Amino acid sequence: MSYYTPHTKEDIKSMLEAIGVNSIDDLFRDIKPAYKPKSFNLPQGKSEMEVMDYFQKLAATNCASITKFIGGGFYDHYIPSVVDALSSRSEFYTAYTPYQPECSQGTLQAIYEYQSAICALTGMEIANASLYDGGTALYEAAMMATKITGRNKIVVDGGINPIYRKILYTYTKNLHIDFVEIPVSHGQSTRKEMFKYFDDKTAGVILQNPNFFGTIDDHTDIIEKAHSAGAIAIESVYPISLGLLKSPREMNADIATGEGQSMGMPLSFGGPYLGFMATKKEFARRMPGRIAGATVDKHGRRGFVLTLQTREQHIRREKATSNICSNEALCAMRAIIYLSSLGKEGLRELAQINHDKAEYAKKLLDKIKGVEVKKNSPTFNEFTVLLPKNADDVIAAMISKNFLAGLPLGRYYKGMEKYLLAAVTERRTKKEIEDFTSALESAI
Amino acid sequence: MELIFEKSVKGRKGIKLPTPDVPKAEIYEKYLRKETAGLPEVSELDVVRHFTNLSKMNFSVDTNFYPLGSCTMKYNPKFMETIANLPGFRDLHPLMAQGDHAVGLTQGALEVLYNVEELLAEITGMKEVTTEPLAGAHGELTGIMLIAAYHKQKKNKKKYVIVPDSSHGTNPASAAIAGYQLISIPTGKDGCMDMDEYKSKLTDEVAAVMLTCPNTLGIFNTRIKEIADMAHKVDALMYYDGANLNAIMGKVRPGDIGFDVIHLNLHKTFATPHGGGGPGAGPVGVNEKLVDYLPVPKVVKNKDGSFSLKENKPKSIGRIAPFYGNFGVILKAYAYILLLGKRGLIEASEAAVLNANYCMARLKKAFHLPYDRTCMHEFVLSASKQLEHGIHAIDIAKYLIDNGIHPPTVYFPLIVKEAIMVEPTETESKETLDRFIEVMLKAAELTLKDPEVLKNAPTTMPVSRLDEVKAAKEVNCSHI
Repeated sequence: MSYYTPHTKEDIKSMLEAIGVNSIDDLFRDIKPAYKPKSFNLPQGKSEMEVMDYFQKLAATNCASITKFIGGGFYDHYIPSVVDALSSRSEFYTAYTPYQPECSQGTLQAIYEYQSAICALTGMEIANASLYDGGTALYEAAMMATKITGRNKIVVDGGINPIYRKILYTYTKNLHIDFVEIPVSHGQSTRKEMFKYFDDKTAGVILQNPNFFGTIDDHTDIIEKAHSAGAIAIESVYPISLGLLKSPREMNADIATGEGQSMGMPLSFGGPYLGFMATKKEFARRMPGRIAGATVDKHGRRGFVLTLQTREQHIRREKATSNICSNEALCAMRAIIYLSSLGKEGLRELAQINHDKAEYAKKLLDKIKGVEVKKNSPTFNEFTVLLPKNADDVIAAMISKNFLAGLPLGRYYKGMEKYLLAAVTERRTKKEIEDFTSALESAI
Repeated sequence: MELIFEKSVKGRKGIKLPTPDVPKAEIYEKYLRKETAGLPEVSELDVVRHFTNLSKMNFSVDTNFYPLGSCTMKYNPKFMETIANLPGFRDLHPLMAQGDHAVGLTQGALEVLYNVEELLAEITGMKEVTTEPLAGAHGELTGIMLIAAYHKQKKNKKKYVIVPDSSHGTNPASAAIAGYQLISIPTGKDGCMDMDEYKSKLTDEVAAVMLTCPNTLGIFNTRIKEIADMAHKVDALMYYDGANLNAIMGKVRPGDIGFDVIHLNLHKTFATPHGGGGPGAGPVGVNEKLVDYLPVPKVVKNKDGSFSLKENKPKSIGRIAPFYGNFGVILKAYAYILLLGKRGLIEASEAAVLNANYCMARLKKAFHLPYDRTCMHEFVLSASKQLEHGIHAIDIAKYLIDNGIHPPTVYFPLIVKEAIMVEPTETESKETLDRFIEVMLKAAELTLKDPEVLKNAPTTMPVSRLDEVKAAKEVNCSHI
């Protein structure tokens, strides 16, 4: 036969005999001639060598090595070699969902460890085994808030990633949910305005830290106010920043979600990424997604299983907490390997380096005549810069100097056409930051 | 085995970070966490030994036969991994493709998305495809949302979605999330949806009919076009769950037999690895009825042959994923399609169906076969004969584990008692199938001669059967 189908002529002959038919076509007789494809115009197959050649040429046309000062929720972090080496062990990546725990302890234990690491970062008590990405995780958290409270108004901080807000509104279009968006002031949450909408109809409030503008905040006061109104507080967070920043639990949030891409996932043009979610134990049965739990076998040996499965689609069907089936297990595996390699002190150090480099960049950029780095609020590793011209034009000029300067905020916010959102990670050297500054100076 | 946390030694460090080359900047204390997050403190060698040893506790396609019905655990070609890791793809920031200034930066990546969409449309007979959904169930939800948008535009009053009682759980779950109520149609003696029941429940309040073809019993419904025509008469749209596409590539296309919207599972039919539970990809294809509602952004080919992203689609349902889908997964599926080509895909389906029928023919005496007719790429046995001697499907499954074979899917579909759903896939040799058949026949024999062997299985794994009740009661899901 062809690629990957090992059947010899003899195999086929003896198999057809055992079945009791004359040809393979006989096995397809339920498909009436009228059902035959109207067309099936596909290219003929090629050798591995030719296919590789094609992809290598195609990959080379992309400007992947451009120096990145761009974030927007997805960051250029260094991925240690152990992450690829270990996650590419085929026992991990060619395994299936661990429904048969006895032969899946590798995957199950790794998931349990990943869940533990997410709890360590967020301060929460229970995490799930992953959701698709930070945006769908945010949507799932919003749904949890409506189900827990029985209410249907959700207050959305204007600092939530605009891409996530689009996902949230797309998913909930046909459900009767009332969204109230509160724009930020000087980069941080506008308390006075927000509090007006915390009442007995509010299911939850969605906050982000650092927010889309890179600004950091302490949302404890907002969360307290939300709780007085009986609402659920959801905090969407950037994992690397949690090496330093106040955790969602310390702010008393009820549910923590976020994008896990920064924990060992390459940028890969948009995916696969990793949605994480963690919450308090009291909401465990409301949480969507798979969860690995510890238990023992009949000899008292510790083992791990998928647990609380009665929430899930294969058991509850239309009454399931969510429809999710495949999630991002291998990405969660990469995340736990990444976090274990960095370790307790390593993550803190990494967060500090990110912050230091961004602050250095801010200092240099602010010195450029005509450029104003927004300083009203503190930032982590991403910040807003006011340029004297349209940000799109400056970005275009910077591309020709091999820099991806950042995001033009005018794309998401009317009136912010001259604003640039730039990010600096540990990958940017002092020299790159200095070259970036000179390039920007000539670009304007 | 100890947890990575349990191997922690205070002060032990992992990888070395770059020495700071810029001054340290402080953050106000009120924004800082009080205690450093309790991640493990281990060396790089500790990490490597830990995860390498963990991996050895797994069954996987690369090490074991995995005849999991409905999952299509075929061989995951290695060259795909190399392609996904090419820096020209791997290091691309998704936002690089957006904005007019960005047009030249990601042409190769956009070409991948455009070409995949065209190929998948041709394979399935649909007009247009979106690669945005991140998994099969995600594709299902997207498909149902497209259907809802269609009905809203036409001002149709629709409340229900019809599914057969043999459907995969994600079908009703996805429909419910989109706000529809479910009508479940029983399966008839022939293994197909009962036509009389279907006719009686198909009112003009039905928004959609969700089917897979062949169905979860591995049976191809010869009256599928009739079912579609009836649905269309009441303006109910036909949804195709593409989980079973591996049976029919080049033999029949869902778009040709009346389906309006489909999803595919790239991690099943198109051989991208399962990853222990993801990442997957669930592209959605539609005919002209639903094209306007597809999510944004859309990859378009310009007159000069270059590619760009179209964000402005007034009737689009919006955005269901942050970007263009699980690009790394889509890339692998594209490579697979190019490698196999037309002939290769057809042969994959032929061999898949051959393998399944061969196993079924040799197992149907020892095990009860509820629907004794030609199957497609999978078939469902019942352990009901064995149950008479106190042996359940789960016991047979655990015995297979002791023999180095991952069990087939058990207890699904729900309509078969003690169901054992077998899908060998086309990449398995006759020798592998013969060994599987041998072990299954031995299990049937042991049911009569020495059932304790089955009840105590597995005994050769790091753990034996685990207390799931205890797990659900104690909810110990974190070491922290």
